[in-house]
Amino acid sequence: MRVLVPVKYVPDIQSDRRFDDDGRIVRTLAEGTLNELDEVAVEVALRLVEADTGVPREEHEVIALTIGPADADLALRKAYQLGVDYAVRVTDDAIIGSDYFATARLLSAATKALVADDRPIDAVVTGMAALDSLGSVVSTLLAAELEWPQLLLARSLQVSDGRARIERELDGVTEELTAPLPAVISVTDHIAAPRYPNFSSIVAARTKPIDVWDMSRLAIDAELVGQSAARTRVISAAPRPEKDPVIVHVDQGEGGKELADFLISRGLV
Amino acid sequence: MTETHSRFAGKIAVLIDHAADGLHSPVRELLTIARDLGQPVAVSFEAPTAQVEADLAALGIAELIVVDIDADWHLTAVAAEGLTAAALECDAKLVLATTTFENREIVALTARRLGAGLVADARPEIGADGQLQAFKRVFAGTWDVVSEFETERAVMTVRANTVQASTVEPTAYPTRTIEVAASAWAKSATLVTRTLHEHTGATRPPLAEAAYVVAGGRGTLGDFSAVEELADALGAAVGATRDAVDEGWVDHDAQIGQTGVTVAPRVYIGAGISGAPHHRGGMQAAQTIIAVNTDPETPLFEICDFAVVGDLGEVLPQAAKHLREYREQS
Repeated sequence: MRVLVPVKYVPDIQSDRRFDDDGRIVRTLAEGTLNELDEVAVEVALRLVEADTGVPREEHEVIALTIGPADADLALRKAYQLGVDYAVRVTDDAIIGSDYFATARLLSAATKALVADDRPIDAVVTGMAALDSLGSVVSTLLAAELEWPQLLLARSLQVSDGRARIERELDGVTEELTAPLPAVISVTDHIAAPRYPNFSSIVAARTKPIDVWDMSRLAIDAELVGQSAARTRVISAAPRPEKDPVIVHVDQGEGGKELADFLISRGLV
Repeated sequence: MTETHSRFAGKIAVLIDHAADGLHSPVRELLTIARDLGQPVAVSFEAPTAQVEADLAALGIAELIVVDIDADWHLTAVAAEGLTAAALECDAKLVLATTTFENREIVALTARRLGAGLVADARPEIGADGQLQAFKRVFAGTWDVVSEFETERAVMTVRANTVQASTVEPTAYPTRTIEVAASAWAKSATLVTRTLHEHTGATRPPLAEAAYVVAGGRGTLGDFSAVEELADALGAAVGATRDAVDEGWVDHDAQIGQTGVTVAPRVYIGAGISGAPHHRGGMQAAQTIIAVNTDPETPLFEICDFAVVGDLGEVLPQAAKHLREYREQS
């Protein structure tokens, strides 16, 4: 079985995140990381192939793929540490500024390029969101581009006999869905905890090869991606003004009353 | 305002969901926004109940489109094809839906089919130039971003409590039913079961749409009774951190954060919550933030308006008692 995990290099959410003058998120090496939720997707992909014990592990393949500049190799190195078998970075100036729709087109084209490379894909497994933009829409758009069934926000996943079955929990409702493979599957952070890489895999990950593809590897019209194809344009991005200083009350028996008085005095109740 | 109205006089398709017992407040807010910007067209996958019909009239919709689609519309890919057909039927320039997990999928696929721009969790506004804009707060509420659309049509999701819903003198509106055939792709996944959660604490409002939220974290040590007592004194929803959910202290539905429910209430009270980035990302859009914690260094204190350093087991019940007394007096 072969599983593709698209991963994203994002600013560390603990760091001071900001926009540049063109309204794009600033991603610098020192602060960047593999999107945490993508680590869960890598974990699920590894468990899928490890569970399929009828076939030796080396005949399975988990592929990590990212779209971004050379800095994004950091995300792929982390994926290698976790245990993926192959990594691809798609980098091209024409891609800069791609929106959700263009990103889905690029991922779809890259998936098809892998298949054409004699790497047929059984499933694409994605994280539920990227923690920098939280759009959570690329997975569904990718499924539509590939015309593969979508099984999204899985909190449990079983694969057998060429079908996948998931359970997903939405606001106030739990759904069970099934679909034939190949399919696009997104997973929540409740499905599995990512493994910790051991020392030898950290060392080995440093020298594993990363294939770098440009647009010539993808059967896609350059007009359909990048800034010029973006359907929305940021016209202003500004940090919010600092709030008023925090009022701190140290409870000496009246803390609850102080809290209630704060709400009442501000007209909040 | 009249000038901006004339610049954006178009139809605005609003997806009506969860409509069995009348329109829920996030949908009412959406229809209010749509009425301020243009002509709201409600889109539903079910024939409206009498209560929904009355609500729609009071919210001043221009038209109701009922989508009759030949597949399970609980599949988001199917719903997206229905919403797309409805938007084209009324030539909507803007499509709005509330922020839910399933609506994110529905609007993304709808935008793809319409060739429309998409902005999630934003508020539609008309800019000084008369163009439609999407106003959005990002990075856990620390940046404001305004976007414009390069496309003829726009699609947006809007969070609960973005505006206050308002009604007008009820007016009659036409209803039309459109028949839509779903594509083979939309039907390629099968919905095997769909189980509604039993509504626990039926007296409390749903978390995502509550104006008041009282949330508990690890500091509750698993005892949510003080959190619930203050919530009931305020008419608030009960929320929780991911830790508290993982410990099994509360249901997953109560989880606030970047991978749970995003809330933007009038007042958020966090008790025994450190304020990890994942949690903050789901609540920092709250208008007023109050934190209660025994640790004076807790990160949530850095972003709150009012902090009590103290034991939540003492502070919350006392606050609840004073609020009940205040209510009785006024």
